[in-house]
Amino acid sequence: MDAFWIILRRDLKLAFRRWSELANPLIFFVIVTSLFPLALSAERPLLKAVGTGVLWVSALLSSLLVLDGLFRSDADDGSMEQLLMSPAPLGLVVSAKIFAHWIVSSLPLIVLVPVVAISFYLPAHALATLAAALLLATPTLSVFVALGAALTVSLKSGGSIIGLLVLPLCSPLLIFGTRATDLAAHGEPVAAPLYMLAALATLAVSVGPVAVGAALKVGLE
Amino acid sequence: MNASAPFLAVEQLTVQRGSRQLITELSFELHAGQMALLVGPNGVGKTTLLRTLAGLSPPTHGRVTWCETAIDRLTPESRSDIVYRGHLDGLKKDLTVRENLQFYRALRGGAAELDGILAELELGQIANRPLRYLSAGQRRRTALAALRVCRARLWLLDEPTTNLDVAGRHLVARWIVEHVKQGGMAVLATHRPEEVAAGGTLLIEL
Repeated sequence: MDAFWIILRRDLKLAFRRWSELANPLIFFVIVTSLFPLALSAERPLLKAVGTGVLWVSALLSSLLVLDGLFRSDADDGSMEQLLMSPAPLGLVVSAKIFAHWIVSSLPLIVLVPVVAISFYLPAHALATLAAALLLATPTLSVFVALGAALTVSLKSGGSIIGLLVLPLCSPLLIFGTRATDLAAHGEPVAAPLYMLAALATLAVSVGPVAVGAALKVGLE
Repeated sequence: MNASAPFLAVEQLTVQRGSRQLITELSFELHAGQMALLVGPNGVGKTTLLRTLAGLSPPTHGRVTWCETAIDRLTPESRSDIVYRGHLDGLKKDLTVRENLQFYRALRGGAAELDGILAELELGQIANRPLRYLSAGQRRRTALAALRVCRARLWLLDEPTTNLDVAGRHLVARWIVEHVKQGGMAVLATHRPEEVAAGGTLLIEL
């Protein structure tokens, strides 16, 4: 388990030394979501109706923006070979990298989304649910992204292919996430979609890292 | 395991990359205190062989074993017996020399004192500088320092002296010879076999 914290600490340190790359997806998210009210119209009912969808789709796309860096830099400079050969189990190594990626890419988004949501007239009582749904959906998203990044690690630039691989897998997250947010906005019980997101997260977090590890190994042969 | 059994055993190893057959039915054994040199022209498969020995690429036929266990089924403890240093340094450019080494030491559970190793490699002055500001030779020195930082019995080195100056090459050669003398093992891909060759050295021409 030590290896998990060692790799996590290293990845976070590296991420904060290049913080401008961290800020990119957040800036993208803010720009996209603030363009919608300008382009549509500032009418309250219209923005309220599309708000949830816009927020979720933008959050999803902005987290796809950074996925190529997940394993690419380690593969390019030979660190990945060293990690594959380290005494730590591969699943643990991969989990640490995914967790680090989640902390730097998803956690700021979870904080930011409820703030942006106010400009879409999302009622205050739905903001907590929105944050909770994101908190449950993003780990799954990170695992899917890692899977895409691992499968394309041997390609020169996997960007668009990863999108094709990962986006279809993300549709359940989008469906249950927006559903939970919508239900909360209308003051209805939100447990069901949140449970679904939690179930998906459990599955992804428990099985995902092993699959990602296997994909990485094949990719770097 | 009995005393005379080899640590590293390669049996009838055949490796194919794409449609090219690089290594054909290669067999050799490495005992404690022995070194093998891989020599041959560029592109002949030295790197491929080293990666196969490291368990990074699978053999097409035949097998590689370490202490009588297949190389891809090693326990965590025996995996820390083997260290591989290839063409890529495996170092992060945004971390300092010291941080890079500390990471590998922690990852592989070593306890070596860094300052002595850094001084020996003349990296002491620049230990707190990020790697992106160092020259290729200094990066190579850092990568090789990782050999000393983690305690491994088998060193798999792919042209370790690339980019090094004369003093650096001598230092690395001395390290390898000392490591082997102390009962360690090394497999080296090299174009200068005369630098390290000693009695009992296995010369493998690909």
